[in-house]
Amino acid sequence: MANQVCFRNNHLENSWTLAAYQSSGGYEAVKKILSEKTSPEELIDEIKLSALRGRGGAGFPTGLKWSFMPRNAPGQKYIVCNSDEGEPGTCKDRDILRYNPHQLIEGMLIAGYCIGASAGYNYIRGEFWEPYSRFEVALEEARAAGLLGDNILDSGFDFQLHSHLGAGAYVCGEETALLNSIEGKKGQPRFKPPFPAGFGLYGRPTTINNTESLASIPVILSKGGQWFLDQGLPNAGGEKLFSVSGHVNRPGNYEVPMGTPFSELLEMAGGVRDGHQLKAVIPGGSSTPVVPGDQMMGINMDYDSIASAGSMLGAGSVIVMDETTCMPRVLARLAYFYYEESCGQCTPCREGTGWLSRVTQRIEDGNGAQADIDLLDSVAGNIEGNTICALGDAAAMPVRSFLKHYRDEFQHHIDHKQCMVTSDW
Amino acid sequence: MDTQKDQVTIELNDTRLEARQGQMLIEVADANGVSIPRFCYHKKLSVSANCRMCLVEVENAPKMLPACATPVTDGMKAWTKSPKAIAAQKSVMEFLLINHPLDCPVCDQGGECDLQEMALGYGGDTSRYTEGKRIIKEKDYGSLVSTEMSRCIHCTRCVRFGVEIAGIPEIGGTGRGDHMQIGTYVQKALSSELSGNIIDLCPVGALLSKPFLFSARSWELKSVPGVAPHDAVGSNIQIQTRNGKVMRVIPQENEAVNEIWISDRDRFSYLALDSEDRVTQPMVRNSDGQLVETDWQSALEAAVNGMKMVASTDGGGALGALASPSSTTEEFYLLQKLMRGLGSNSVDHRLRQQDFSGQSDQIAPQLGTTLQQIEQQNAVLIVGSDIQREQPLLSHRIRKAALSGAAVSTVNPDGIEFNFPLSGEVVTDQLTPALSAIARAMVDMGMGGDLSGLSALVADANVEPAHQAVAESLIGGEKAMVLMGEIAYRDQNQAVIYALTGAIASMSGATFSVLTEGANALGGLLAGAVPHRDTADATVDSVGMDVASMVDMAPKGLLLMGIEAESDLAAGPAAADAIRKSEFVVSLSTFADSVTMGKSDVILPLAAFTESSGTFVNAEGEWQSFGGAVAPKGEARPGWKILRVMGTMANLDGFDYNSSEDVLSEVRGLCDQAETEKWSWSALSDLGDASSCTVASTPIYQVDSLVRRSEPLQQTPLAHAGQATTGGAE
Ligand SMILES: Cc1cc2nc3c(=O)[nH]c(=O)nc-3n(C[C@H](O)[C@H](O)[C@H](O)COP(=O)(O)O)c2cc1C
Ligand code: SF4
Ligand code: SF4
Ligand code: FES
Repeated sequence: MANQVCFRNNHLENSWTLAAYQSSGGYEAVKKILSEKTSPEELIDEIKLSALRGRGGAGFPTGLKWSFMPRNAPGQKYIVCNSDEGEPGTCKDRDILRYNPHQLIEGMLIAGYCIGASAGYNYIRGEFWEPYSRFEVALEEARAAGLLGDNILDSGFDFQLHSHLGAGAYVCGEETALLNSIEGKKGQPRFKPPFPAGFGLYGRPTTINNTESLASIPVILSKGGQWFLDQGLPNAGGEKLFSVSGHVNRPGNYEVPMGTPFSELLEMAGGVRDGHQLKAVIPGGSSTPVVPGDQMMGINMDYDSIASAGSMLGAGSVIVMDETTCMPRVLARLAYFYYEESCGQCTPCREGTGWLSRVTQRIEDGNGAQADIDLLDSVAGNIEGNTICALGDAAAMPVRSFLKHYRDEFQHHIDHKQCMVTSDW
Repeated sequence: MDTQKDQVTIELNDTRLEARQGQMLIEVADANGVSIPRFCYHKKLSVSANCRMCLVEVENAPKMLPACATPVTDGMKAWTKSPKAIAAQKSVMEFLLINHPLDCPVCDQGGECDLQEMALGYGGDTSRYTEGKRIIKEKDYGSLVSTEMSRCIHCTRCVRFGVEIAGIPEIGGTGRGDHMQIGTYVQKALSSELSGNIIDLCPVGALLSKPFLFSARSWELKSVPGVAPHDAVGSNIQIQTRNGKVMRVIPQENEAVNEIWISDRDRFSYLALDSEDRVTQPMVRNSDGQLVETDWQSALEAAVNGMKMVASTDGGGALGALASPSSTTEEFYLLQKLMRGLGSNSVDHRLRQQDFSGQSDQIAPQLGTTLQQIEQQNAVLIVGSDIQREQPLLSHRIRKAALSGAAVSTVNPDGIEFNFPLSGEVVTDQLTPALSAIARAMVDMGMGGDLSGLSALVADANVEPAHQAVAESLIGGEKAMVLMGEIAYRDQNQAVIYALTGAIASMSGATFSVLTEGANALGGLLAGAVPHRDTADATVDSVGMDVASMVDMAPKGLLLMGIEAESDLAAGPAAADAIRKSEFVVSLSTFADSVTMGKSDVILPLAAFTESSGTFVNAEGEWQSFGGAVAPKGEARPGWKILRVMGTMANLDGFDYNSSEDVLSEVRGLCDQAETEKWSWSALSDLGDASSCTVASTPIYQVDSLVRRSEPLQQTPLAHAGQATTGGAE
């Protein structure tokens, strides 16, 4: 089975409209909750049962996260959706916004209900003008239909939802930088603790979830936590969106059960482009460690299986590389990305990402020195774990994994001042 | 607070320590003498945890944690020097140094640089970084702070200072990653009255004192404690000298007074010390009307003889003396002793006051509480004061109170703005009716007692919602203070304003605080340098001339101490005229202003604040003594020495002191014995005049002869900002 959760409506004509969404049972979940006044505890238990894990990259169990909110404490609380989607390789949230925006709205409504928030924000990546516009239209439709605003469907439940367009900073996808950005401050991560559940947006208790996590909620509640769990694995339920990119015949987003073998996913994406062989895969987005192709072919797309290969599921962004790929060149590009996107707040990341970028570029350019490989590994190691947010780790992990698996290519660049593979792309 | 519950036990480097729940690990370490390297952490600023220098190992934590941002919990075990902690600290140090110019030999911070110091412990001796280093263009922060931004380590202390302390978020970080730059974004000079503190806060040589730039190495400097001479806070300073010259002034920590801050005025006024118009030689006017340099003996003889001559022909009452409100207590004491010895009670230092009719009721105007207590107030009413510019560090305490929720309101002329939020504002150029209305609102709420002389005024007042709100906030505040500032103090109708303000304070159970001008007005009062009171508030047989009367009547013989008539006296030009009319003028002068030079018969060069020992009594009543940091310039002498010799030469008794400490112990002894009377407003009789006009407070960099001559201060935006107030004093 595939396309049963976030993409379940994509086959409908104008699937992004309220009418299309409602034609497939949309908003029924929230209506039922509001009319029956289902207790938030009960709903959160259902989500815990589903074993939905956060789709933003860290894989934190969503039900558990919601239970941390001081739901009954007085005062304003917020639910924030993270549609910043800046990790290279990721493009799934964009398509949820484009094709199924109402399901996200319904998910946020239910989340607001569960955590006691009467207001929500959807923070959308700055470059996503089209998805943003479509989401805005959906918001208008929902408001006009009385599904957002005060006293929704006469239930006494108020919920205001706004979208906020970012300005194109990857780091604003980090949840506390995102909060700062909504507040109009410089988008740099906050030091934790305090955690957003205690001190979040405008200093109020806040839950932040990824677009896909929130958009999965209505389906979980209408089909049941057990159903969702059954789609995936005991510690990671459901289907999940994988964005497959790189040297494949049919790049795109594929919603398949957790635990689907990588080989099957690759096949759905049309296999490695014709006449080429699989060389390497970055399985979870550019910040996750690279895995050699042959190893990858024996692995399933779930947290534990990918971890056994020394990498991470991340946001499910599968970057496929064939034998024409020059690994030092890829790494130089990735290192440059993190260098450019570091917020510059903390020392190891601010200084270290620039260092990594310059050295990898030097090697790629044929100006590497013998000591550079160990230097890179050591600098990356000195960043890892020592920073305020995980961007530092994200910059370090690719470096260490590329060196681990493809050291010979780097050595070749240094020794021969040229590439080991003939790259024709 | 339940201290049992608050108390936790932790193990730091395998030693058991007691700590308070929620304290950061670095605080506990600091309190117990365990050193943890740090750059961004500063006890007076919020935690930003961005430098990562303080990483330590904590049991069960998967990675190294920043000690500055890790709250202690019961049973926590942490190691600051374990191999893992040291490795993390060393790696952070390496990152900090890769882009640092390492130009210590040409950097003023050298010798007092945290980076340099910690690099010795945590840095390697060779660099693994072979790429090009980052170069950042210098910023122009104006005349006080020089920048060398390539040295910046992005700790954001200066940024946080602007937001959290100065209350003017002028500095920020722009750009991302290693393009991030600390600066003002749009080039501008810093405008806070506290801006110089970022020089001390900056852990590296990125922010330096511009006037001090390249003039000395820190280890060549000798440091002498002193007290800043510009306002009633009495900020503690270190005067740093080399070869007998003051090279710079930095703060001396004193939590009870100035915490760790000083105002820019305190920091940069020393630059006036070498200005060209310093008086360095005794001078006497010859028969041709020319001032000629002479020796001390001749000058002193001329001075004393001249004064005695006036006294013998016209009586002692024909003599008057005016002193700067920033004179030392010792100087005040000897000055009044000399004048009273010569038969005159006409001594005054209240140079900018205009209305003296209430002086006999106004006993020792002062803060009435401690500076630290200001922070604890729930309600503060500021009456007639540009407090942020008048008393910068006292204002900082009010700001702290306001930020933690105190209701601060003002009764002020239009256009005065503060760096703290106000809960209520009465904007007026007529203080009397506004204060009467607030008093009336209190009476209407049943707070009043016998208002005696104020009754009619209060009964007639028209209470508007703004007055009502102020009255309510004061009555509602569990700890409240009513603070009368310079604008009110020098009002032409000061007596009524003083009484009304006092009445408002006592009706609402608030502390009545009165802040006066200069560094030592309270010392002047206690020492008896006023016409209506002798030392320690003792009564006088006949009240002498106050400043206003002296300007009116131009006493025949005048003794001036640290006075520049045109700038220092409320009457300005009229004061200068009065001096010119006087028959015999002796000036103890640090600087040669035109009135002094044009008129004085004898000029005695007076040592500056860095050159003399002495004592200032701050607004809170704290006596703070200091020694001279350098020898007086040229032939100048400390005021107390000059006055002592004059007393002896005039054959007066009791002038044989050996040191300024002798003088101090005499005046202090008298004050300690005296019963301090509490001022009581209900004793007032018949105060009816409602017409009052507000006058401007003196601009921050015009208050005294030092700041007026400090070029760098004069070049700041603050020197040019038109501090508000309406006219009307003409
Ligand atoms: C540098 C950085 C970038 C991130 N970008 C995103 C992002 O674009 N979208 C996202 O959902 N989470 C992103 N995250 C993860 C979020 O911080 C957060 O964990 C997530 O939004 C939580 O949602 P979830 O629990 O539903 O996964 C990022 C984290 C880091 C450190
Ligand atoms: S790790 Fe990088 S992005 Fe994250 S806070 Fe530090 S400097 Fe900013
Ligand atoms: S200028 Fe100094 S205080 Fe400001 S961020 Fe840089 S190093 Fe820190
Ligand atoms: S001192 Fe702790 S991170 Fe800077």
